[in-house]
Amino acid sequence: MIRLENLTKLYGSFVAVDDISLHVPRGVLYGCLGPNGAGKTTTLRMIAGILRPTQGRVLLGGDDVHVNPLSAKMRLGFIPDRPFVYDKLTGAEFLRFVAGLYGQEGDAVERRIAELLEVFELTSWKDELVEAYSHGMRQKLIISSALIHRPECIVVDEPMVGLDPKAARLLKDIFRQFVGRGGTVFMSTHSLEVAEAMCDHIAIIQHGKIVAAGTVSDVRRQHQAGDASLEELFLRLTGGAQIRELAEVLGRGP
Amino acid sequence: MKQPSLAHVLQPKWRTALQRLREERAKGGTGKLVILVLVGGAFWAGVFGVLYRILKALRSVEELGPLIPGKMLGLILLSFISILVLSNVITALSSFFLAKDLDLLVSAPVDWLRLYLAKLGETLLHSSWMVALMAVPILTAYGVVYKGGVLFALYAVLAIVPMLILPAVVGCAVTLVLVNIFPARRTRDLLSIIALGAAGGVILLFRVIRPEQLARPEGFRNLLDFVILLRGPTSPFLPSEWAAQAIMGYLRNEIDPLPLALLWSTAAAFVTLGALLHRALYAQGFTKAQEGAERFIRGGLWRWTVGSLLGWLPVAKREFVLKDIKLFFRDTTQWSQLILLAVLVVVYLFNIQALPLHRGEPVGFFYVNLVSFLNLGLAGFVLASIAARFIFPAVSLEGRQMWLLRSSPLDLRALLWSKYWVGTLPLLILGLILTGVTNALLEVTPFMMILSLATMAGLTLAISALALTFGTLYPQFETENAAQIPTSFGGLVFMMTTIALLAAVLGTLSRAVYTYVHSAWEGQAIGITPEMVGWFVMAAALCTAATIVPLRMALRKMESFEF
Repeated sequence: MIRLENLTKLYGSFVAVDDISLHVPRGVLYGCLGPNGAGKTTTLRMIAGILRPTQGRVLLGGDDVHVNPLSAKMRLGFIPDRPFVYDKLTGAEFLRFVAGLYGQEGDAVERRIAELLEVFELTSWKDELVEAYSHGMRQKLIISSALIHRPECIVVDEPMVGLDPKAARLLKDIFRQFVGRGGTVFMSTHSLEVAEAMCDHIAIIQHGKIVAAGTVSDVRRQHQAGDASLEELFLRLTGGAQIRELAEVLGRGP
Repeated sequence: MKQPSLAHVLQPKWRTALQRLREERAKGGTGKLVILVLVGGAFWAGVFGVLYRILKALRSVEELGPLIPGKMLGLILLSFISILVLSNVITALSSFFLAKDLDLLVSAPVDWLRLYLAKLGETLLHSSWMVALMAVPILTAYGVVYKGGVLFALYAVLAIVPMLILPAVVGCAVTLVLVNIFPARRTRDLLSIIALGAAGGVILLFRVIRPEQLARPEGFRNLLDFVILLRGPTSPFLPSEWAAQAIMGYLRNEIDPLPLALLWSTAAAFVTLGALLHRALYAQGFTKAQEGAERFIRGGLWRWTVGSLLGWLPVAKREFVLKDIKLFFRDTTQWSQLILLAVLVVVYLFNIQALPLHRGEPVGFFYVNLVSFLNLGLAGFVLASIAARFIFPAVSLEGRQMWLLRSSPLDLRALLWSKYWVGTLPLLILGLILTGVTNALLEVTPFMMILSLATMAGLTLAISALALTFGTLYPQFETENAAQIPTSFGGLVFMMTTIALLAAVLGTLSRAVYTYVHSAWEGQAIGITPEMVGWFVMAAALCTAATIVPLRMALRKMESFEF
């Protein structure tokens, strides 16, 4: 469903994403892990067609995102990490606007809006301007907007940020069901628990390159990690040994 | 605990400013700098030149000559103070209550006085820099005419600085009180309307008074009354008058320390009082400012009216247009500018009507046509200013939401199309009304009426395209205030390009109009010659090119946006 071929992104001389190739088949929840600044968000934004790759290409369901952007994007729902939405639209108006961007209108859209607002407990807020929403509510609204046109794949950057535990649990269930029905989810996350619990496959990115990929057990096997937790494996692969020095940084306490 | 210095609190601001300069230089900003220096230099030279001539002429007039320059300076500085109070009130709302750095500063152990002084300084700088720059050629003209010498510059700075501090303190205090009464977001709405309404009212009042009548000698009943009026101070309790007195005293070699002492001691007292008010009210006001303006909106009206009218459009375009209209009318800082616009249109029509073309002697055919033709340029300029305000920021305002537009299957051409027509249609209607009504007031011939309306239509389409394109080429995605976008470098380049277009189109058409007026003057048969058709075609081609080429450039630029 999602295929990245030799994807590279340079910012001036800085290599943000370095020749990444991977394939995410239909019905898979794929997690992209990595330390801050590893290139996860850049990769996701290239998949969503927001950034142009310096080299390589992104295929969504066979369509190149930058050659046939419209047909590729029809399949996609994108959830960014920062929930910027139009402050002066109401929640319902925003969802109607997004549905319109995907060419959808009419009663079916109205029913879908009501359904999504209900699921995310935003019904009582639907006629209120977004400027009055909290961070978490905006995040829920954006997630609803990514689902409104019933996409085939969802690309999501840090899905759990800003969500309360109930909404986080709901989102996990939605993603699992979505994948269970043949959808594809490609997500970046810092939360190793989330990745371990939810993802069928993971890729660990470091300095713009994939340093490990496969199922969690595949990655353990590849790196002879035995029964090590994903956290230990992550730290080993991303050079997190300095964490040991944390105690020294924190000092002896107040 | 040792408090951080004021410079330290302000550090992020000046470091950001320096970094921006570095980035500009790295991006090859020399061209920008050259344009800015040229335009700024030309403006300064213009203001200096006009004032120099007036002052020079006045110096040679007996009796009144020495009195008027002082009075004039007092009035100029008074108008500066009024502008400064308004702009400080609006700026203080952002810097004291809505700025992004406030969470950090308020949560840090920075004492109230440092916070006040840092934010007061920030407000003063943001709202006064334009006035301060404007004062330079004015005071230079005074200095040169009165041979003030180099030391005059220093003295003028001494007189002007406290005059800038006072409105800043007053503006901040007014905002502080208002925020304590209304929530900040509501205050911003309220202030935009009050400020623009007040500005509009002042312009209207000034115009209706007809100041040009004062220039008629028969208007003065008694010269002595006028001299007495000039000798007396305009407003003895206002700092503008003290500053004018201090400056004129120095220039006339009658140095009196009182005005300067008044200025500085009042400034110091105001800062102290302002700080005390800040200590008493800021914490409470800041808390209130965090409250969102709760407003439930059904939004059905737009859907039923504009939505139904646009039923023939594809859904994506329709939703986009609807969204743009809703955002415009729900943002008070945007729609309130319409008040000023309405006032300017009224003043414009009033001016045309007040022209002495139809008084006494028979109407000069030549003058009517000349005014009607030149009116096209003026109306074009007015439309360009409106386009700079409303169309130029259109793409910048999408900045934060561009993730959505770029990740959705929305064709960028549809986005550009929506932005273009949402801006162009009202502008076109306004342009045609402005031209039609002024021509009707001038009682022009049908030939001039048709020519004017057609030219205005062509120019409006091109001006909108240029505004949208320059807004796309020089986007301001990070700005929080739409009203600041047109004053950016891109806005300046847009205005310069539009003026060039107006000159080119009107220059082309002037040949056709000349042929027409000449034939009428000579009493020959008036007809449309092949040569005239040639000029019309060329003007139409210019407008078409100025519409299509920029829009294509905007599309290409938009495709290359990265977020």
